[in-house]
Amino acid sequence: MAALRGADEMRDRVVLGEFGVRNVHTTDFPGNYPGYDDAWDQRRFEETFRVDVIREEGDSLEFDMVGIDAAIANAFRRILLAEVPTMAVEKVFVYNNTSIVQDEILAHRLGLIPIRADPRLFEYRNPGDQEGTEIDTLQFQLKIKCSRNPQAAKESSDPDELYCNHKVYSKHMTWVPLGNQTDLFPDADFRPVHDDILIALLRPGQEIDVLMHCVKGIGKDHAKFSPVATASYRLLPDITLLKPVEDEAAEALQKCFSPGVIEIQNIKGKKVARVANARLDTFSREVFRHEGLKNLVRLARVRNHYIFSVESTGILPPDVLVSEAIKILMGKCQRFLSELDSVPME
Amino acid sequence: IQADGTDGNCVTFVLHDEDHTLGNSLRYMVMKNPDVEFCGYCITHPSESKINFRIQTRGALPAVEPFRKGLNDLMAVCQHVLSTFERSMKEYRAQR
Repeated sequence: MAALRGADEMRDRVVLGEFGVRNVHTTDFPGNYPGYDDAWDQRRFEETFRVDVIREEGDSLEFDMVGIDAAIANAFRRILLAEVPTMAVEKVFVYNNTSIVQDEILAHRLGLIPIRADPRLFEYRNPGDQEGTEIDTLQFQLKIKCSRNPQAAKESSDPDELYCNHKVYSKHMTWVPLGNQTDLFPDADFRPVHDDILIALLRPGQEIDVLMHCVKGIGKDHAKFSPVATASYRLLPDITLLKPVEDEAAEALQKCFSPGVIEIQNIKGKKVARVANARLDTFSREVFRHEGLKNLVRLARVRNHYIFSVESTGILPPDVLVSEAIKILMGKCQRFLSELDSVPME
Repeated sequence: IQADGTDGNCVTFVLHDEDHTLGNSLRYMVMKNPDVEFCGYCITHPSESKINFRIQTRGALPAVEPFRKGLNDLMAVCQHVLSTFERSMKEYRAQR
């Protein structure tokens, strides 16, 4: 593929040079380029925008967004990380804790456990409300006591045999319905997402008896409320060979990139390199370390093609999370629009 | 949300409880408007969550107009993104 004309390149590609990155910022605003009409056009946006779902497996989702700008893609990423609400343990009422784990450490660990409860069914707690009502709080109980196993062999030193209940897992947390929650959620089963999260270790005679209140919150407040393990995006790589590369140079070039990016074809007996799948590349810039190869390729990224990768903690499926994030951005705009309309500007 | 400025053309809005998430995307949408001469936002102090969003228009257009149009455009973009995403998810699931 021939290199693009200068202005086109500056608009569409972020070029990775040897010592720096060029054309980073979006410059396609009206008035910047003569001959280009850059004013916002919803119809043109709708024609060029598309979403392609690449892979969806369990809790992780990989999809492409093409035709959107960095500012908006980044807004979605930030909202996914920090502003999509979830339920997590906030208050821990410790009735008895004779284990070796301190109260506050235990409370911290309990707060980080992801709870499988759809946050859309609950409201935010009113600020200043200590008790919590049934519309905004979920109650869980963890009551466990470690004892010596009477059937253990005399000489064994394996803790699994000697003691029972010595490992406190998240499966020991039970839901205690508040008020009319049994009627509101008849077939709901609120429990931690994973059953095998180790909370604490006990020895005979130690016990833990705590009551936990879960509330709805957002990641901005505390990271335990973040619904994604991580959400990230990268731009689609674009590798162009400026001159035809043959023989040993082709082999060396193939080694410089991630496997599968450059493939070698046999044309008329000579080995010629060709860019097979630029998407797989991670851009380690190994090419620039070789004097003979660095002028043969141009490394760039396509400015408006984002490869999103969202991995959920299991509370909500990742596509629901993305939809919720988009709705939250709409809600923010709506909030300011209604404020603009209600307050008269002087 | 507060506004202050000498004449209607160049206004600084103070948006409370906002940060780069809305600030940058709104700035992008307002910049795409050919009537806007200057648009920028800044976070006054990282400990306070408010942004100063400044719009200057060329000509006699009151600055509230591009602000409102930017918000509406951003809503339209989000709506379209949402519908396209949901459609793609359905197609992906259907063909799997």
